[in-house]
Amino acid sequence: MKYYFFISLIFWGLAWWLNTKLSRLPPSRTIRIASPLLFGSTLILLWEATIISFKVSPVILPAPSSVFVRLINSVPTLWIDFVQTVIKGAMSGYLIGCLSAFVIALLVNNFKFLERGLLPIGNFMAALPIVGTAPILVMWFGFDWQSKAAVVTVMVFFPMLINTIQGLQMSDKIQRDLMKTYNASAWQTLTKLRLATAMPFIFNGLKICSTLALIGAIVAEFFGSPIKGMGFRITTEVGRFALDMVWAEITIAAITGSMLYGGIVLIERRITFWHPSQRGRA
Amino acid sequence: MTRSFLPITTIAIFILFLWYCLSIVLNSSWAYDRAARNSQTLTFKELVHDTWSQKKPKLPAPHQVFSEMWETTFNKKVTSKRSLVYHTWITLSGTIAGFLFGTILGIVLALAIVHDRATDLSIMPWIITSQAIPILALAPMIIVVLGSMGFTGLLPKAVISMYLSFFPIVVGMVKGLRSPEILEIDQMKTWSATKTQILWYLRIPRSIPYLFTSLKLGIAASLVGAIVGELPSGAISGLGARMLAGSYYGQTIKIWSALFAAAILAATLVTLIGLIQKIISKRMMLQV
Repeated sequence: MKYYFFISLIFWGLAWWLNTKLSRLPPSRTIRIASPLLFGSTLILLWEATIISFKVSPVILPAPSSVFVRLINSVPTLWIDFVQTVIKGAMSGYLIGCLSAFVIALLVNNFKFLERGLLPIGNFMAALPIVGTAPILVMWFGFDWQSKAAVVTVMVFFPMLINTIQGLQMSDKIQRDLMKTYNASAWQTLTKLRLATAMPFIFNGLKICSTLALIGAIVAEFFGSPIKGMGFRITTEVGRFALDMVWAEITIAAITGSMLYGGIVLIERRITFWHPSQRGRA
Repeated sequence: MTRSFLPITTIAIFILFLWYCLSIVLNSSWAYDRAARNSQTLTFKELVHDTWSQKKPKLPAPHQVFSEMWETTFNKKVTSKRSLVYHTWITLSGTIAGFLFGTILGIVLALAIVHDRATDLSIMPWIITSQAIPILALAPMIIVVLGSMGFTGLLPKAVISMYLSFFPIVVGMVKGLRSPEILEIDQMKTWSATKTQILWYLRIPRSIPYLFTSLKLGIAASLVGAIVGELPSGAISGLGARMLAGSYYGQTIKIWSALFAAAILAATLVTLIGLIQKIISKRMMLQV
């Protein structure tokens, strides 16, 4: 059985050689997509072959194929967990947290004094291990999704706040003066100039927060949850050594996380097409 | 710094004030219940006194948290299981180990990505995707699997910390190593500098400011990893374990003091890296 492993190693070498060749070609969209896919598929193949040829116990690491089978067979359970953790917990917390941080940043923006105080404090809070508030919030809001939403809200609040505040400071004085010469009202200056220049920062905040939201919702479930949810499933299935189910949940979480992030990037490209980091893309 | 001192203190005092008010509101129902059972009525002054000195309050008042921290830091032996210093040390060791692994991994990956286009094309997208995976969800499994292979204690935590901290370092270093302009690289080439020389005399010095920014992000992420790594493992020592124990027994003061210890630890580590940055930048005559 050992030769599976060697075959996959040879395949890996071939794929790497092909990637090296691909990278010498003139850059194009196809290569940008094909090259990571090639690398990823070799990794999965290598993983599968290692499990088969060295007879690794599924208690330590299940093969990708068995994870896939488990994923297909337990779609209803996974869907229940997905609704509980992602839609109810993470999404509601994400919306509440980002929206309230955005509104507060807008309000604070009119008072230089508050802004100078909030920015360093917000920076400090954003660096803290806020996940640690999870046990407290679970105690306050109960075991169901409300407490998970609360943890996510607290986690995303500060990164979003500092990004929005910094973004709103981005417009130049000369641009604001120009708005004044146009006799623009404060509202017009905000919507037409300052929010526009703040967009790259706001999107940066939204992107950071999308990953934080998933982490927050899952970790909060470690401190108590009803008998559904991704974090709950992961801890209980680990306890039963059903690692294929754990990996199935992780696959779902990874896909969700990437889709969220990717979705925000797509919207960002539409809205901040003028920014240097977006220009020159095909 | 002096310019922002007043605003910062104002907001800090405001937060403290809000906290005291909240702890009255949140703890009042317990105080009223107890008074009703003893068929007493509470005056406002008694209510305030009670809500700020309950044993298992919903929200402990700041002075309760600080006296608990003082008690467990200075009045306990450092080696004692009740000492906050002991638990902080356990978490710190996991953080540092993971941070070191993460930094090395991050720098090696960044060097490979900058020098080899194939690596850049095929691996970089996966590095970015890796962060969309909520790794902390993997924590229970990493701990159980490594545990079944005979690794317990420091290593599983360090693995989780490493995973969280390598990402900011890769991204920052790739940006930093690529920050010299084409003109400068061409200049090096006209001096017939080898790739190693360009790396050593141009790319690496240029990347130092980026490196330190990433190190600050990395160590904060690493601490989060170490704390979360302690949660599902049934660990009995470390700040995360203390939070979990506190949540089992409803000892909110204990949770808050662990949380504050973590906050102080994070601030100290980030400041420390900032100091090292200042010293090195001065030596290299960079502007900070």
